[in-house]
Amino acid sequence: MAKPRTVMIDGNEATASVAHRINDVCAIYPITPSSNMGEFADEWSARGDTNIWGTVPDVIEMQSEGGASAAVHGSLQAGALTTTFTASQGLLLMIPSMFKIAGELTSTVFHVSARTVATHALSIFGDHSDINAVRTTGWGLLCSGSVQEAHDMACIGQMATLASRIPFVHFFDGFRTSHEVSKIEYLEDDDLRALIDDDKVRAHRDRALSPDHPVIRGTSQNPDTFFQAREAINGFYDACAQHVVEAMDRFGERTGRHYRLFDYIGHPEAERVIVIMGSGAEAAHELVDHLVGAGEKVGVLKVRLYRPFSSEHLLEALPRATRRIAVLDRTKEPGAIAEPLHMDVVHALADARAAGTSPFEADPIVVGGRYGLSSKEFNDAMVKAVFDNLAAEKPRNRFTVGIVDDVTHLSLEVDDDYDIAPDDVFRGVFFGLGADGTVGANKNSIKIIGEETDNFAQGYFVYDSKKAGAVTISHLRFGPRPIRSSYLIKKAKFVACHQWVFVEKLDMLAYAQRGATFLVNSPFGADEIWDQFPREVQQDIKAKGLKVYCIDATSVARDTGMGRRTNTIMQTCFFAISGILPREEAIAKIKDAIKKTYGKKGDEIVRLNFEAVDATLANLHEVEIPDEITATVTRPPIVSEQAPELVKRVIAMMIAGKGDLLPVSAFPPDGTWPTATTQWEKRNIAIDIPVWDEELCIQCNKCALVCPHAAVRAKVYEPAALEGAPETFKSVDYKAKDFEGMKYTIQIAPEDCTGCTLCVRVCPAKDKSNPKHKSLDMAPQMPLREPERINYEFFLGLPEVDRTKVKLDVKGSQFLQPLFEYSGACEGCGETPYVKLLTQLFGDRALIGNATGCSSIYGGNLPTTPYAVDAEGRGPAWNNSLFEDTAEFSLGFRLAVDQTRERAIRLLKDLSSQLGSELVDELVNADQGDEAAIAAQRKRVRVLRDKLAGIDTPAAHDLDHMADFLVRKSVWGVGGDGWAYDIGYGGLDHVLAMGRDVNLLVLDTGVYSNTGGQASKATPMAATAKFAMGGKDMAKKDLGLMAMAYGHVYVAQVAFGAKDSQTVKAFVEAESYPGTSLIIAYSHCIAHGYDLADGLDHQTMAVESGAWPLYRFDPRRAAIGENPLKLDSKAPKISFDQYANSETRFRMLQKSDPERAKKLMVEAQRAVTARFDVYQQLASLSFGSEDSSETN
Amino acid sequence: MDLKSSYLGLELANPIVVGSSPLGTNVQTIRDLEAAGAAAVVLPSLFEEEIMAAARSELAKESLSASGSAEAQSYLPDPHGYHIGPGQYLDHLKAVKDAVSIPVIASLNGTSVGGWTRYAEKMQEAGADALELNIYLLPFEADETGAEIEQRTLDVVKAVKDAVSIPVSVKLSPFFSSIPNMAKRLDEAGADGLVVFNRFYQPDIDIEELEVVPNLRLSTADELRLRLRWLAVLSAQLDISLAATGGVHSAVDVLKAVMCGAHSVQLVSALLIHGPDHIARLLEAVDFWLTDHEYTSLRQAQGSMSLAKVERPAAFARANYMKMLDSWEL
Repeated sequence: MAKPRTVMIDGNEATASVAHRINDVCAIYPITPSSNMGEFADEWSARGDTNIWGTVPDVIEMQSEGGASAAVHGSLQAGALTTTFTASQGLLLMIPSMFKIAGELTSTVFHVSARTVATHALSIFGDHSDINAVRTTGWGLLCSGSVQEAHDMACIGQMATLASRIPFVHFFDGFRTSHEVSKIEYLEDDDLRALIDDDKVRAHRDRALSPDHPVIRGTSQNPDTFFQAREAINGFYDACAQHVVEAMDRFGERTGRHYRLFDYIGHPEAERVIVIMGSGAEAAHELVDHLVGAGEKVGVLKVRLYRPFSSEHLLEALPRATRRIAVLDRTKEPGAIAEPLHMDVVHALADARAAGTSPFEADPIVVGGRYGLSSKEFNDAMVKAVFDNLAAEKPRNRFTVGIVDDVTHLSLEVDDDYDIAPDDVFRGVFFGLGADGTVGANKNSIKIIGEETDNFAQGYFVYDSKKAGAVTISHLRFGPRPIRSSYLIKKAKFVACHQWVFVEKLDMLAYAQRGATFLVNSPFGADEIWDQFPREVQQDIKAKGLKVYCIDATSVARDTGMGRRTNTIMQTCFFAISGILPREEAIAKIKDAIKKTYGKKGDEIVRLNFEAVDATLANLHEVEIPDEITATVTRPPIVSEQAPELVKRVIAMMIAGKGDLLPVSAFPPDGTWPTATTQWEKRNIAIDIPVWDEELCIQCNKCALVCPHAAVRAKVYEPAALEGAPETFKSVDYKAKDFEGMKYTIQIAPEDCTGCTLCVRVCPAKDKSNPKHKSLDMAPQMPLREPERINYEFFLGLPEVDRTKVKLDVKGSQFLQPLFEYSGACEGCGETPYVKLLTQLFGDRALIGNATGCSSIYGGNLPTTPYAVDAEGRGPAWNNSLFEDTAEFSLGFRLAVDQTRERAIRLLKDLSSQLGSELVDELVNADQGDEAAIAAQRKRVRVLRDKLAGIDTPAAHDLDHMADFLVRKSVWGVGGDGWAYDIGYGGLDHVLAMGRDVNLLVLDTGVYSNTGGQASKATPMAATAKFAMGGKDMAKKDLGLMAMAYGHVYVAQVAFGAKDSQTVKAFVEAESYPGTSLIIAYSHCIAHGYDLADGLDHQTMAVESGAWPLYRFDPRRAAIGENPLKLDSKAPKISFDQYANSETRFRMLQKSDPERAKKLMVEAQRAVTARFDVYQQLASLSFGSEDSSETN
Repeated sequence: MDLKSSYLGLELANPIVVGSSPLGTNVQTIRDLEAAGAAAVVLPSLFEEEIMAAARSELAKESLSASGSAEAQSYLPDPHGYHIGPGQYLDHLKAVKDAVSIPVIASLNGTSVGGWTRYAEKMQEAGADALELNIYLLPFEADETGAEIEQRTLDVVKAVKDAVSIPVSVKLSPFFSSIPNMAKRLDEAGADGLVVFNRFYQPDIDIEELEVVPNLRLSTADELRLRLRWLAVLSAQLDISLAATGGVHSAVDVLKAVMCGAHSVQLVSALLIHGPDHIARLLEAVDFWLTDHEYTSLRQAQGSMSLAKVERPAAFARANYMKMLDSWEL
């Protein structure tokens, strides 16, 4: 057997690379953490890569996982080898089709990067709750625990399904395996050809539906026959395990990599055994090797075939000496007698005992435990705790491990200092920012070491929950043996800090082992850096005897033309001082890698990188460690002393990256959290922030409107309020009539601003003698931080404007307090200004249902959340249900609100004699059309409550509870185009049809932004996106026109960067419309491929080209005989390609396939022109004439 | 009529060359130009800025892609075989070479010695018959002297000449203190030809928005005069290929330029206005005029009006200026 080729890839690529080569059709849909598998498949098909039979697989994106599984079902029925890739909620949506596919004995493998199913909260991370949700479908469940196994099982699964006719889910742990980069032996096409049996493929095709030999499936059966027919399938399940055994055996013969249904590792006479599946089994394997080496009789049984569950093979694999077994489940089934795998093992033993076939003289004691939910760490110390529990006189059953449960006391005690990390394995931890390329450089480093040396290598990357200024932590291991440590590094030999700001924020040296090397990117030189370290860092360096190196990588990057990209420089430092390779050799290999990475992108970029590498060594210095601790500063507290208790006790820990240490008691049991917590997380990520020149300002408030993070605020207030103002606080006379005599201030939140510059870009107020100076200019944040922080605090204390006096236009809206602030959205985000506007206008009475996606992540991802409250404690109440159901979910809010109001009115009327009929009348019939009327109604409710306090009857108590619902509530469904155009369209359409008072806001970026920019039906024609690698060839779906067709739906299409006044008008109209409203909001996005600072220009071009017509369709106009449609943008004045050429998503296709790009551009222009023409005609139809009944 | 000319060592069927412009971006257009009689084509410039910007934008795109959240390690696909600017230019050059049989001159536009000059070599590898170097240099710094600027220009030419073996012409600015001296030093630095002159695009300003706005105007026949004078001066003193560019619209213009010493005459604006067939009409007219005036070949007229040969050289010089002023006195 020739030595197989090795590659460094992650679990998703390892899986997809096999799946793509042994299928004809892939029906895909994006969902984390499986999206990359679909992306790879799409990319490979787009470039013409064939499967092993020489055809290019047809990769098609569907509207949902439900749609994907249905298309798979159909394609299988018609005879193609077909697959899909999914996880979590996606797998759940496939369940109905999965029952059918299994019931029809259809061969297929779905590849699943197992992910947590949302319960009290969503989690994108890994566990087996999704897998366990499909246990009843009749599918085989085949588990991989590592990247190599994911590659191998993708093939074994296909072999087994073709042989057994049982469909398989091949699964592996989301993130831990799907995203771990590892060195694996590659299955060549010849291997796959040898392993996939063509006879069985033909048999699959022969079973297909064909009019040339027709059969019928999917019949409907009745009580007389269904049961027996269902039992007819049994033989296939009985035979299935053996088919998998045979597939594994053949695979082993071909590749030398041998698998069993249950793989036992450990002492042949082990007394204590852990049964486990997935990546956790690798950690257990590693520890077992260690303990057996130390003479302990322990072992681990890795479950590979979870369904059909073969008790026979399980019992056969367990050592006869086994006395005690711990079965670990990576899932939780509340209310069950035990978690599923635990139950299986107990049952297998009990069955064997009952049948008299048990191989054990005395059955082992079996305990079960939960671990690793949502990718919770499962490391050597935790495995040790499980073995220790088994050694206890009375082992605890149904325990948890990896957390501290101080409520139900189920958790095992773990010795955090226990660590078996061997000395011959290099461990490095690297702290970087998303945008500085740290992750990319580290992937490069492990590729170099994994592919160019005999070392095994492993890389795993941890991201924080923010999009702007996200911190990444890379964990790299290199060593002489395969690396089974499927957990984060605890003790690193090398710690790198790629951004100086982390020194004062993060406890990086907690990762450093004694004598480790600490590399810092620092603006301070080797002779001055020591004094700049906070006390904690100095203490750690001395206590652990660390070697410290520093480099001013930021300057080196700037000087060598690399811009903000410090990655190559820090990578070079790593190779220069880690000693992992001889320095010269390492530098040469870095350069080779640069050539490989950038070769096709031009010499210049290669040269820039080379220069950066060369300049690095001259600027890298070792720091001499003085004898004394000299620091006068310590790390600032994570949150302010003023923060509420929960924020200080719980949220601050999460912000500090120490959420793992929080015990169960710290958490609400039902996922309910207070809002308004982003205000306590001061992130200070902007390098430059805007500075206001009050003299130039024309007081238009556009800056506040466009600010994605509510870090630019406007207020008008009485001059007297300025008393006690800080010295540098700026204020001018308010210029317009509406608040004559008052003062005006634009204030920046210096610690919350992300430095996106949108406010500066929109500012129209130029200095006439020096036009580059505007009323807002960017300036370095550092010197401004402290004075502006004080100014901002004072500003927040100024009284809020009287809402009843504000005109609801662009300027007026920005005097209203934003109740959505400082979210984790990208710098310059094009969605959040809409969300913020919504909260300014209606937030104090809004219920928001939010579709999963960017808006649910920046809207509701812990540790801190941005929806805020006003001085009365009112603010948006928010919930994210699912991706697909937001319209219906929000409609549910409306139903409850209306019903509660109805009940309150009933009670009011019942209590009328005690409350006074006048008050009751007013409360019931109040017009609540504007802010003044709403304020009046709130006042009435207060009067009502006072009166109710004096009435001690159940009805009065009830009414007191419901009285708030007498004030009009504003119900919103918010989500992206993936929701509205694709997965949630059916529900959205239904809600539109119902006509209830629900407002639906579609933040339309034209891609699935949150999962990385996959195409949706909102993606414009000719744009390239993931899943549309060859350029989208269908015109963007016209959701607005479809909604207008109902006639009774308020529809608006807006783009705040093109015409903010129309945006504000549309929001106000939509909310005031007593039926269903739909606002489709153009949202510039990082996935479009331009600097988001230019976002407003791109919005303008989209409108000017006619690609994004602005309009408002108000059914109220039709009712008074006017045309309901008002077109708010002018006829196209630039061509579509003028707009498109400014965005990478369009330009990309011109580079990769100019001919196709040209064709699509022509088509796109035609579609845009035709669509605008239709709108123009619709807007000019006459209504209310004699034949209006026909046109209306 | 024999209209042949020799430019940069290339044998041209006639002196009409398509100048560096958007006309050169489309292979079919170049075929049409060849069919209409163009003797050679200069492709649009590959700009130093473009090369550098492509590198920078690739870095920026990487930052974008790497903005990194757990759910999205990137936001744009990275298609296989994705070529940014420079690579695409070379692909185009190859395609043009395959499509036509006339000489194809690649154009490189830059102002400093740097990595970008290596693209000269790549252009040669891609099949360019010659290179036109456009050193578009606008001195904005008060501290930079004319001598330094001239040196910078010469350094760029030397760097490119060192990199390639094909002929290199230099497209000149009219704003040197001594054009003949500069031309001579370029000749000494290895330049095989001079293209007179570059047209600098003059931006406009928007008085409402207080912004600078780019503005591109086509040449007019008036602009030819400046070229004629300096062609006459240079052809009298230097043994180097000369090309006229800027303001050549009619057959008479072509003849004038040739008579002042041009070995080739570049057309852009006239072709943008009248289309590729304009070349055929010009050639016909030139042929007719030469025949009518009993010339035996175009070469016979070439340089006939150079400063060395013209009857009254003073007319090209300063004295002429005095005379012109006089003529306005009534």
